Amino acid sequence: MNITLSITTTIYKFLSEYMSEGAANIGTMVTIAFIYLAIFAVAGLYLVLLERKVAAWFQLRIGPNRVGWWGLLQTMADALKLVSKELTGTVKADKFLYNLAPYFVIVSSLMALAVFPFTKEFQAFDINIGIFFLIAISSIGVIGILLGGWASNNKFALIGAMRSGVQTISYELSVGLSLLTMVLITGTLQLSEIIEVQKNGWLIVQGHIPAVIAFMIYMIAGTAETNRAPFDMVEAESELGAGFHTEYSGMKFAYFFLAEFINMFIIAAIATTIFFGGWLSPFGITDAIPWLGAFWFLGKTLLLVFLMMWFRWTFPRLRVDQLLTLEWKYLLPLNLLNIILMALIVWLNLTIQF
Amino acid sequence: MDTTIKNSNLKSEEYFINMGPQHPATHGVLRLLLTIDGEIIKKVEPDLGYIHRSIEKMCERDSYQQIVHLTDRMDYLSSHINNEAVCLTVEKALELEVPERVKVIRTIIGELTRIASHTLWWGVMGMDVGALTTYFYGFRDREMINDIFEETCGARLTMNYNIPGGLMFDIHPNFVKRVKDFIAHFKTKLPEYDTLLSGNVIFQKRTKGVGILTKEDAISFGASGPVGRGSGYSCDVRKHHPYSALDKVKFKEILKTEGDTFARYQVRVEEMWESLSIIEQLIDNIPEGDYKVATNAVIKLPKGEFYQKVETARGELGVYVVSTGTKNPYRVKFRSPGFSNISLLNHITVGGKIGDLVATMATLDIVVPDIDR
Repeated sequence: MNITLSITTTIYKFLSEYMSEGAANIGTMVTIAFIYLAIFAVAGLYLVLLERKVAAWFQLRIGPNRVGWWGLLQTMADALKLVSKELTGTVKADKFLYNLAPYFVIVSSLMALAVFPFTKEFQAFDINIGIFFLIAISSIGVIGILLGGWASNNKFALIGAMRSGVQTISYELSVGLSLLTMVLITGTLQLSEIIEVQKNGWLIVQGHIPAVIAFMIYMIAGTAETNRAPFDMVEAESELGAGFHTEYSGMKFAYFFLAEFINMFIIAAIATTIFFGGWLSPFGITDAIPWLGAFWFLGKTLLLVFLMMWFRWTFPRLRVDQLLTLEWKYLLPLNLLNIILMALIVWLNLTIQF
Repeated sequence: MDTTIKNSNLKSEEYFINMGPQHPATHGVLRLLLTIDGEIIKKVEPDLGYIHRSIEKMCERDSYQQIVHLTDRMDYLSSHINNEAVCLTVEKALELEVPERVKVIRTIIGELTRIASHTLWWGVMGMDVGALTTYFYGFRDREMINDIFEETCGARLTMNYNIPGGLMFDIHPNFVKRVKDFIAHFKTKLPEYDTLLSGNVIFQKRTKGVGILTKEDAISFGASGPVGRGSGYSCDVRKHHPYSALDKVKFKEILKTEGDTFARYQVRVEEMWESLSIIEQLIDNIPEGDYKVATNAVIKLPKGEFYQKVETARGELGVYVVSTGTKNPYRVKFRSPGFSNISLLNHITVGGKIGDLVATMATLDIVVPDIDR
């Protein structure tokens, strides 16, 4: 196991000067947890604001601009409102599962966030099976949605949950396979090493044609994974009201809501790391200043997040059978062919290296 | 259909679900009783009456001038045309000839109302298939029309601009200029509608071949308006029984033969172009003259039965008045387009998915107060 824990090591070294080894270990974990919770909350809230602003620009509106300068405190106010709201529930619902569901969703998003290298140094958990871990963790979220829909004792929620189950399980194949296509070039699953490989050129350039195909498949499947329009069967508001979270209120609803936005961020962050060189700057222009990596990472990620918002605010929603047709009849066969093509290109050394 | 899986104890069942009266896709307080097998619709039963206000009964109590104000609240998106229907009936019964100016203004505002109604429908149609942005584009253009209405008669939705014998006021001096501005604006914006929604692959996949209504069924179910014309049933009252100034203008009756959701969609979008052309033909030559003819303060219709039909944005609206010669009608019956069109719902959505039901319902263009009255 080749696990380097850069910020973890830094914090641990700092703490172990003042306390015993065990206490320093616990202190490190707690500190890291707080840092990531803070990132999570801030990212979630500001992605919601970004989405509202982007939606407004698409829709000839101004968007939130009353709470704070440029509406910057709007989502904070919304979160406060949700915290202070009453938690309602349904009669005859399965109380335990009903209460458990939001945590599945939120915990899976939180855990996925831990493996991303924001810069060379800022990575909580550099596991050597990074991509595998991401794929595995992101599929836990659907359990929460299924539980929530089933335990709500509401038919609309149940239809939404079932649709979500079908959709997420189908599209996970495409997400996984398109990422594996890129792993053929890198030869490693570890995220920090994948970025090292890209110092010779981002993978989307190195793998040229099959990489572009893989990227397009990944973005389509990734959007479907997050249950966002045009694949928002799960909470298709004109069909199902609010879908699987119909019966949730207050903070439990907020967990689902935040998780959706964090998941969008995660999908974009994976794409940035795998296809667009993560924290690497274009042509190495800012290599001398390592902390600028965070700027490049976030910049690329937000660009992809914007792309997903663009989808959402311009496309109509697919129907559930068309959604499955798209995956099983088009994306999956294309993906398998693409893997063979990529394997050939790697085998024949046709990748573009700088 | 055999719902059991062979060699297994697993069994699937049809289930029942209540869509509405509070549901985003039912456009008001319509309740649909759905019987569903998984995602497939087995039966749709519209349950009406949640916004029934006894308008027809109230008409028996009121004078003819007052009845006009009640009709606003039926199909509120074509309120001017509803008013016009009642006024035309009363004028027909009294054998009253209104000035040319009144006829032209009524037609212009009627067509503006139709555009306003169709833009709102277009926005909501997009929302129903999941494209939320269309709503705001539709409302941007509708807002301009509502501003014109506001300046003309003080109201934006329930206008009450018509009275038996003419109009409540003369048009505002700015009217012609603002309508021309609107035409110029809308001609650049209407192609956007096609770019944003009609041309979208997902939208076409969602609507083509969905909710097919044959011409025979359209006639036997009494479909009218864009719903009938989407199935190739030529039923435009403006064409077949022109009223007001509609006999003086040239326009095309939009007919599509496919009969699916997309055909009904196209009919409405193209109707907006036709309405624009009607307004263009009339706006430059509004005749001078009075904006009303004097009627008695108490209108008494002669004894008998009177019927007048008009084309609202949703289809054929008929007003049937039975008079015994007093100041109140003995009986009033409105033949509303929405009521006939909603009766099609079970016929054309069974076998489709829940998403199809929503898309089909959107192109039936339901306004619930029009169905319930």
